[in-house]
Amino acid sequence: MTAVAVRPRPFPNGTTQLAGTRTLIRLAARRDRVILLVWLYALTAVVASTAYSLRGLYPTASERVAVAAGIGGNPSVLALYGPVFSPSPGGLVAWRIGVVAAVGAALMSIFTVIRHTRADEEAGRLELVGATVVGRQAALAAGLAVASGACLVLGLLIAAASVALGLPATGSLALGAAVALAGLLFGAVAAISAQLAGTARGARGIAAGLLGLAYLIRAVGDSTSGLSWLTWASPLGWTEKLRPFAGQRWWVAGFSVAVAAGCTVGAGLLASRRDLGAGLLPARPGPPRAARSLRSPLGLAWRLQRGSLLGWMIGFAVTGAAAGSAAKGIGALVTSPQLRQELARLGGQAGLVNAYFVAILGLLGVTAAGYAVSAALRPRTEETGQRAELVLAGPVGRLRWAAGHLVIAALGTVALLAVAGLFAGLAYGQRTGDLGGQVQRLLGAALVQVPAVWLVAALAVALFGLVPRLAVAASWSILGVIAFLVLVGPVIKLSHWVLDASPFTHVPKLPGGSFTVSPLLWLVGLALALAVAGLAGLRRRDLG
Amino acid sequence: MTAAIEVTGLRKSFGRTCALDGLDLAVASGEVHGFLGPNGSGKTTTIRVLLGLIRADAGTARLLGGDPWREATTLHRRLAYVPGDVTLWPNLSGGEVIDLLGRLRGGLDDKRRAVLLERFELDPAKKSRAYSKGNRQKVALIAALASGADLLILDEPTSGLDPLMEAAFRDSVEEERRNGRTVLLSSHILSEVEALCDRVTIIRAGRTVDTGDLASLRHLTRTAIDAELARPPSGLAGLAGVHDLDVVGTRVRCQVDAAALDEVLRRLSEAGVRTLVCQPPTLEQVFLQHYVDASGGPAAGEAGPPSAVTG
Repeated sequence: MTAVAVRPRPFPNGTTQLAGTRTLIRLAARRDRVILLVWLYALTAVVASTAYSLRGLYPTASERVAVAAGIGGNPSVLALYGPVFSPSPGGLVAWRIGVVAAVGAALMSIFTVIRHTRADEEAGRLELVGATVVGRQAALAAGLAVASGACLVLGLLIAAASVALGLPATGSLALGAAVALAGLLFGAVAAISAQLAGTARGARGIAAGLLGLAYLIRAVGDSTSGLSWLTWASPLGWTEKLRPFAGQRWWVAGFSVAVAAGCTVGAGLLASRRDLGAGLLPARPGPPRAARSLRSPLGLAWRLQRGSLLGWMIGFAVTGAAAGSAAKGIGALVTSPQLRQELARLGGQAGLVNAYFVAILGLLGVTAAGYAVSAALRPRTEETGQRAELVLAGPVGRLRWAAGHLVIAALGTVALLAVAGLFAGLAYGQRTGDLGGQVQRLLGAALVQVPAVWLVAALAVALFGLVPRLAVAASWSILGVIAFLVLVGPVIKLSHWVLDASPFTHVPKLPGGSFTVSPLLWLVGLALALAVAGLAGLRRRDLG
Repeated sequence: MTAAIEVTGLRKSFGRTCALDGLDLAVASGEVHGFLGPNGSGKTTTIRVLLGLIRADAGTARLLGGDPWREATTLHRRLAYVPGDVTLWPNLSGGEVIDLLGRLRGGLDDKRRAVLLERFELDPAKKSRAYSKGNRQKVALIAALASGADLLILDEPTSGLDPLMEAAFRDSVEEERRNGRTVLLSSHILSEVEALCDRVTIIRAGRTVDTGDLASLRHLTRTAIDAELARPPSGLAGLAGVHDLDVVGTRVRCQVDAAALDEVLRRLSEAGVRTLVCQPPTLEQVFLQHYVDASGGPAAGEAGPPSAVTG
């Protein structure tokens, strides 16, 4: 007998805890190459298109000074975007988009970190990887590295885009840095939440909840005199306080870096103390018996979708209320004499407020289409996740199964837009002393978006039934094109032929515009036809 | 005896890959039927055709006397299914899933549900995302066994269960058999098939290679013999049906076809038998013979655990 002495191979990367990190980074980058590119493109495009349109809106210094003064006197706008630190072109860009882009970067970071830590762990993939020569901290380090790298690239892209649009280089760099730092910080926060929660969903919830809290604290600090110190208590406040284009205060970046570093170290300590697969927060048990309502495909669809619908409804209610309360002071933001003349022709102050609501409700319509597409594609998720066959092996027809989800998607759309219109009406009506009238007017204006949203969702249903393999990618791409047409199309003056491709172009411009029912009937009819085509395809095709 | 499942000449291709290539399968009412085949041989595809999830390109399939594609919904009232890889809704508890699947079928027997929960030691209050593979499988098994359906289609139902739970599973299938239910059991665990099934069908590369009851399948394979004799044997070498003969002095080892057993034993006893170990073919050998034959290797392979006489 020969004894073979097996000596452990030295770890390739020095410290054992981080062994294999470089390989995992490459794996993560490979898995994320599409999704991260989409994030980077979208966030850079938002900043660039804002800078472009603001340049056209307020071309002269006097207009910018006036609009800055208008913003300073409008608490709702201050709460939404923060104060204007400098009435320069760059100052306005930083005001309008700085915090918004920072929130976007933070979400990108949170999702990336959770995807490569807790989500992999929950799915059991990390177990497969962890059994190889990979250190205990490697996955965490790799997730953080990829997220941080993405934030860095985003910062540079934003800086480059701003410079390309003619903004000063130092300020552009500061704007990019402010956004990137927010992403960096919340990536580290997500690293901690991934240790606390036992599920990816829970971890995302904790990190996104903290992001929301940071936004809220900053909003209160920015809009309430006497509480302005609160802004300093929020990481999103630091995004403004770095003051891009307004005498950059680079030392503020130190706060973000310090908190990010602290959270990273904390996450590492927590990770080394817990078992693989376990969370530090206890998991809640579920009910041992099903509720009475859980007895049909519709009941199941409702049970699966109600949580996300509730979240969307809260978001739409808050957005509606914020838009409604900001509307009254909106006139102060229009400073160009030309624009004022145009508005007077449209009906003066009232015309301006109407135009503002048309724009906001249009945006909410496109956002609602995002909800509707994800809800309408739920059957596809169930199919590829092999959960559909559990239901379909029972005496449940395919149509009844899919219809359960589609009913939720259709009625959920109505609920979202109704809630947004209702809260906008309540907030605006309360400030103008015309509660009943405004609620009715804005509720109606929000609900005219419904047929256009249904059409987008029906397109997803048709794709699901006829070309299931392409359904998810194609549906979201179509929605992306439509969002582009709605958001950027008018700014870059696309031809009407192109703009007409978006269903939202055909929605009556309410409130204020004339209401015609025929385009709505067309949209609903087309949506029905597409949905029927999709369901017919579903009946005939193979599942799985 | 009416047929619960009748499949003839079933064909199905996915793009260029041919999953089913003229498969036949017949399951009689009231029997427990084993469905064997290596990975990727088309077991799951056959089951998906039977469930009406996919449509066959050619051939006929009858399920409980109906067309599994066109009459899927009505037929499904009478069957229950356990997938091989059970995925559940992560935010539903196991108890909720069992109730849901039962109610979709028109209600479930609460007493039976409670008995099965206890037998399989499942905590119904846990969220599905917290279940291991074995526990997810238990959820689907309990839902199927509590359904009272005429036909159970089980696709590798025990691949995640521990031996104790496997025993509980066998008891449950025995119970179903006593109640006159039909079971189609796709499995890799040959001892399980051997213990439970009345008849088996073996498939390979989308085609049926053998079907019948276990006794008749065994008949086709060789018995392993290992004997210690008083004198060196004579006349074994030239005998038809004797394979892998290895004679060292008075020790004889060989593989014998069923037809030649009688003659071989006669010649051995002529030489005076001191000890005799005789291993009947296991299902494993039947199985291996069918699979290894394809790749040209040896048939009935190495011996399993000795289960026979010493004399």
